[in-house]
Amino acid sequence: MKFSDAARPQLSDHRSRRRRRQAGAEARARRAEAAAGLPDWERLREAGAAIRERTLRDLGTHLEELEVSVIEEDGRVHWARDAAEAKRIITSLVGGETDVGLVRSDVTDEIGLKSRETGPYTKAAVVGAGFLVAETGTLVVADPGESLTFPGTLIAVAGIEDTVPAWSDLEVLLQLLPRSAVGRRMHPAVSFRTGGFDLVLLDNGRTRVLADETGRSALRCIHCSACSDVCPIYERTGPRPYGPGRAGPIGAVLTPQLRGVEAPLEASLPFASTLCGACADVCPVKIDIPGLLVHLRGEVVESRRNRPVPAPELLLMRGLAWSMGDRRRYEHTLMSRARWARLLARDGRIRRLPGLFGKWTDARDLPAPPRQSFRAWWRRRR
Amino acid sequence: MRIAVFVTCWGDALFPETGKAMVRLLERLGHEVIFEPSQTCCGQMHWTTGYRPEAIRLARGFAEVFDDHELVVTPSASCAATVRTAYPRMDPALAGLPVYELTEFLVDVLGVVDVGASYPHRVTYHPTCQSLRTLGLADRPLRLLREVRNLELAELPMAEECCGFGGAFSMKNADTSVAMVADKIARIRETGADAVCATDDSCLAHIGGALSRLRSGVRAVHIAEILASEAGEAPGAEQAGERLAERAMRTRPPEAR
Amino acid sequence: MSAREEILGRVRAALGDPGAAVVPVPRDYRRWADLPRADVVALFGERVADGRAAVRHVGTDELATAMAAMLWAREAKRVVVPADLPTSWLAGLDGVRVLADVPDLDPAALAETDGVVTGCALAIAETGTIVLDGGRAQGRRELTLVSRHHLCVVHADQIVGTVPEAIERLDPYLPLTWISGPPEGRTFEVLVVED
Repeated sequence: MKFSDAARPQLSDHRSRRRRRQAGAEARARRAEAAAGLPDWERLREAGAAIRERTLRDLGTHLEELEVSVIEEDGRVHWARDAAEAKRIITSLVGGETDVGLVRSDVTDEIGLKSRETGPYTKAAVVGAGFLVAETGTLVVADPGESLTFPGTLIAVAGIEDTVPAWSDLEVLLQLLPRSAVGRRMHPAVSFRTGGFDLVLLDNGRTRVLADETGRSALRCIHCSACSDVCPIYERTGPRPYGPGRAGPIGAVLTPQLRGVEAPLEASLPFASTLCGACADVCPVKIDIPGLLVHLRGEVVESRRNRPVPAPELLLMRGLAWSMGDRRRYEHTLMSRARWARLLARDGRIRRLPGLFGKWTDARDLPAPPRQSFRAWWRRRR
Repeated sequence: MRIAVFVTCWGDALFPETGKAMVRLLERLGHEVIFEPSQTCCGQMHWTTGYRPEAIRLARGFAEVFDDHELVVTPSASCAATVRTAYPRMDPALAGLPVYELTEFLVDVLGVVDVGASYPHRVTYHPTCQSLRTLGLADRPLRLLREVRNLELAELPMAEECCGFGGAFSMKNADTSVAMVADKIARIRETGADAVCATDDSCLAHIGGALSRLRSGVRAVHIAEILASEAGEAPGAEQAGERLAERAMRTRPPEAR
Repeated sequence: MSAREEILGRVRAALGDPGAAVVPVPRDYRRWADLPRADVVALFGERVADGRAAVRHVGTDELATAMAAMLWAREAKRVVVPADLPTSWLAGLDGVRVLADVPDLDPAALAETDGVVTGCALAIAETGTIVLDGGRAQGRRELTLVSRHHLCVVHADQIVGTVPEAIERLDPYLPLTWISGPPEGRTFEVLVVED
């Protein structure tokens, strides 16, 4: 379903909107405070962006290094092409064990894993990784609630992009993540474990994103959800209209990249934004989300350009560009459109426009175009 | 100085008063203003809606129009932002065009904050997202407004929240867009201002259109009109001023009368 | 083709030649705190307190008394300690039953204790964090997870200023836990000991 259609009913859910508005305001205030407390915040962001970009540019090498490190430290690595394969692998690793807990993450949600929370004596745990350090084979989990003892069977789950090249890179990422994710200087608990676990690495469309030189920067994401917390659209619509994947600004960018822009939801997601830029301001790894949204809008338009029956919007935009491509055509269009629009006006206001433009006048007036355009005034004056 | 003005396609047709105000202001400050009639559109709308080839053609056309000029000033922060940050992505040859938004031109290039204006109304300022984050105008518009005689400047709460226009967003996601402007309008009304001003007629059309639909009595005005106003000078401004003053008396909260 | 080959193949195809310029990482952020030792220790105390933990600063000779007072204030009657916790720390504990975790106490026995006392591997002033690595005077991770109350002894010279300093000093091959505040419904206290 298109984003705009799914969003409409959500706007009536006043309680959820109020909750998100309060949560958003608190998160923004805490995050601003936490960031202000670090005089080198901007320098950390630059370093974080570069570390993540470096990881992506040479991802194959880092993944192989990670594999070697994990195996050397008594672990095993499993590769999953898609969510279904990941689920099968995890199910078989859990085996007959019924006492299984879950530490959820974006990736465990993506795979569709559900289970109860872990406790200190849980026998088997499936853990959504925060980071995986390639150099040492270390699993890092920022645990929001009950921490876990690493029990008999520990299965870590991560996207291929959740790799971090070196142990020392954590000195940057563990300063950026807590402030961006929970608005504090450090998560209440962060657990590190090297070796002795099964690691499931998930592709599920990430290699497709990696192939887009512009779009790949979205994979820098460290899953903090700061962008959602500050997004004025997300505040009003909540996560549902973004579909089954990640929500908020990063979701609007990643879902179409992971799945392609053909279907109605994915084609509408890049447009579910005013490009206000609040997200880019807070992203700890400086993903230029508005830039990526514009890039994806271009992809959507190109994918539809050569349809046998052109969409009304395409005809309109092509027509406008053609009119504005030449002075005489432009002036003629200006005059004829303005005259036509004035016919619709009363007391200097237009209350209703036909067709596509009706969306504007459903809730807003439009001023009637003045009799004299700027250029007509200029000509008169000379 | 010899200044070329870019009034924007939106401004040319719907908000000519903004362009006129900018011309009056720059001439009052003693500069020569040129209007290149071959100007049409900077291509922002096509670029941000995903029509890249069309946008690039319009951008190249824009560059050609102003080829002879070293200073181009526009009242639209979003158009200036497009030329500055999007043009290099469209075509590297289009980087570095000397296009300025009006308030940054006044403060940074002309070095003035007092432009000799008088505007006897209670006004609040909305920093549009493109002016705030892409151009980084910071407090330049406010510094200019503070020097306007008789103007009562009211601070807008939660000023940095987006008004919900976002170009195509206002149509493609009209419901959410309206939900956002509803909150922006509530903040504006909290200030008791007679008028809300900004550096973009696009956002002002959206905010003003909603203010008008609600018969709020609050007017949306481009900052150029405020800066160009002088007591007893431009007739349009004076009449508008009178109308505003009347409305203000009617809508002002009791304790202020 | 195995999933591994397929994925790594797609990664390489997506990126083209990785040999091209390595992305430089600008490392001009703060790596260490530019503060005198006393200020680092004081900062640690402040930051731990921000994280909803009680902090006390004492001299070495007051350690045992302070610990007794803190446990007494919590009405802790039975505490569990790692086997290698220095006995001198426990010298003042009158009327408190101290259980050494050797052999490992079973979950039922652990659940009956009121609290746990440990040392730490190091502490981070900037974030108010204590780090456990399962080493000296720390014991099993279970102890600090299950207990309703955790009292942690931090020596002043174990406190580093910043996260980069901590990352540099810590051994990634040990099981590390960073604690910057108690979980819901639990309490956490820190006793900072200075010579």
